[in-house]
Amino acid sequence: MSYFSVDSVSLSFGGVRAIRDLSFDVAQGEVFAIIGPNGAGKTSVFNVITRVFNASSGRISFDGKDITHVPRHRIVDYGIARTFQNIELFEGAAVIDNLLLGRHRFPYGNLISEICWLPNIRRAEAESRARVEDIIDFLELAPYRNSLVSALPYGVRKVVELARALATQPKLLLLDEPASGLNPEEARDLAFWIDDIRSDLGVTVIMIEHDMSLVSQAADRVMCMNAGQVLAIGAVDEVQSNPTVISAYLGT
Amino acid sequence: MRFAYDTSYSDAQQLLRYRSQWICYGALAIALIVAPWLLPAYYVGELSYLFIVSIASLALMVLTGFTGQVSLGHAAFMAIGAYTHTLLLDQGIGFIPSILGAATLTGFVGFIIGLPAIRVSGLYLAMVTLAYAMLTEQIIGRWKDVTGGFTGIPVSPPSLFGYDLSSLKGFYFLCLVILVAVLLGLINLMRGRTGRAFIGVRDSEAAAATLGIWVGGYKVLAFVISAFVTGIAGALLAHHLQFLTPDGFSVMLSMELVLMVVIGGLGSLRGAIFGAILIGMLPTLISKIKPLLPTSISSQFGLETFVFGLILALFVMFEPNGLNGRWLKLKILFENFPLYRRNTFRRGKTYMHSERYR
Repeated sequence: MSYFSVDSVSLSFGGVRAIRDLSFDVAQGEVFAIIGPNGAGKTSVFNVITRVFNASSGRISFDGKDITHVPRHRIVDYGIARTFQNIELFEGAAVIDNLLLGRHRFPYGNLISEICWLPNIRRAEAESRARVEDIIDFLELAPYRNSLVSALPYGVRKVVELARALATQPKLLLLDEPASGLNPEEARDLAFWIDDIRSDLGVTVIMIEHDMSLVSQAADRVMCMNAGQVLAIGAVDEVQSNPTVISAYLGT
Repeated sequence: MRFAYDTSYSDAQQLLRYRSQWICYGALAIALIVAPWLLPAYYVGELSYLFIVSIASLALMVLTGFTGQVSLGHAAFMAIGAYTHTLLLDQGIGFIPSILGAATLTGFVGFIIGLPAIRVSGLYLAMVTLAYAMLTEQIIGRWKDVTGGFTGIPVSPPSLFGYDLSSLKGFYFLCLVILVAVLLGLINLMRGRTGRAFIGVRDSEAAAATLGIWVGGYKVLAFVISAFVTGIAGALLAHHLQFLTPDGFSVMLSMELVLMVVIGGLGSLRGAIFGAILIGMLPTLISKIKPLLPTSISSQFGLETFVFGLILALFVMFEPNGLNGRWLKLKILFENFPLYRRNTFRRGKTYMHSERYR
């Protein structure tokens, strides 16, 4: 059985069938890209995986465990983290607090020891801070550490969101259009980071992306979706030269 | 100029990090300790009242400022705390078990009122809590055998370990100690994992859930903590009033608490105390100013409500971050003097925020 697999998943809202009998597998350590026109159901796939929506049918498994019916807030405990297409940061908090929130799932003291700020809480906070600082170094966020998110430019917010997802120490990272709204330089940095995330941190990545240059730089395999179905899955140049993909999405 | 210069990860956890902070808070502590001997008796009583409303304001700040849930029902939590404490004292239960019992019962009621908050938010939650406050006021008024109805019941004076604390000074220090304890507890809670989770729930439920925050659970937890602390404030208020009637816990009190947190600055415990001081002192201030005004104005009915409304309107228009926002600006001005950028606090651009799913 493969590392991460979506097995004939469907999602419908009344008569609208957002995803139709979708299946794909992702191997460990792979960077897998999902492309397709708007409304193809790409983000819906992420929302089904992270349990925002219940799949109407089908099965999703990750690392040998069935995650189709896990409660939404438990999904991160299975090692799955995601970012959002329209940035979903905690705007009223500083960057460092956003990242520390990514450490929510790790062991911490109980409420009473937190109220009294006992030594075990001090240790847990220092440990979280140390881990978060590693990520700040990795994504070069040091200048923004204490700024409020609401004061940051768009490109930096995108990176903060990626950093927050990494703070959960995921095994599988779902990136929803990580390069949208980034300038070419930032997009190039992102391609290197995705490569580092895979090779240095050993994280498997699934990303939805429209920027084909980023896809061809970073991804091992691509899936093209249209109207909730798979058009083609395969290596980047294979999919890019597939005639149905060209007519449905890429154009000539 | 001051730079944050940490040499270890625990440095950032120090509450008082600079000598100037030690000096300022030390001076404040000394001033509060000697105040009862320097101030006229009336003001000592007023300060005790300010401490009590500060506790209630802190409690509401946790719920509204940190978790983003509006409550117009906090007067009812205060009422439950006050009546429970009074009734427990009448049963001959000691002060500490009684106040903790009152707070626990209020916390439990907070749990029940918090359950709808899992599904309802914003304006609708405000309506739910308002309805609950009105119901509570009526129940207290009608349940004559227990609460004394609208005629009210007297409150036994507070005493701790055999010491009578009903004197002005004794009660002053009782309120001060409880306020400091509550404040420290909430500071720790809000800078720790729970407080961060509250902020997460406030700012983006979708993101909070993907980080493993149980959104519904934390919403209810915020209600429980807030109600618990409000129950403590209610119990102290019972001693301050010395005689309990349901009219003392009307919707107006809830409104004042909401004013305190909004004017103080949502999302800051310091703001909750600033707001409590301003709104708590306002009736006294107005009564001081009244004789100076022309009779056509000073004899108007509802002058107080008008001033409350005016202050709220001015703050919402000119200082949405409240008193705490103004405080931070002043602090930055002094720290960076003479270098100050007026745009430091200009609201940044907000980018599209997805409301498609929660």
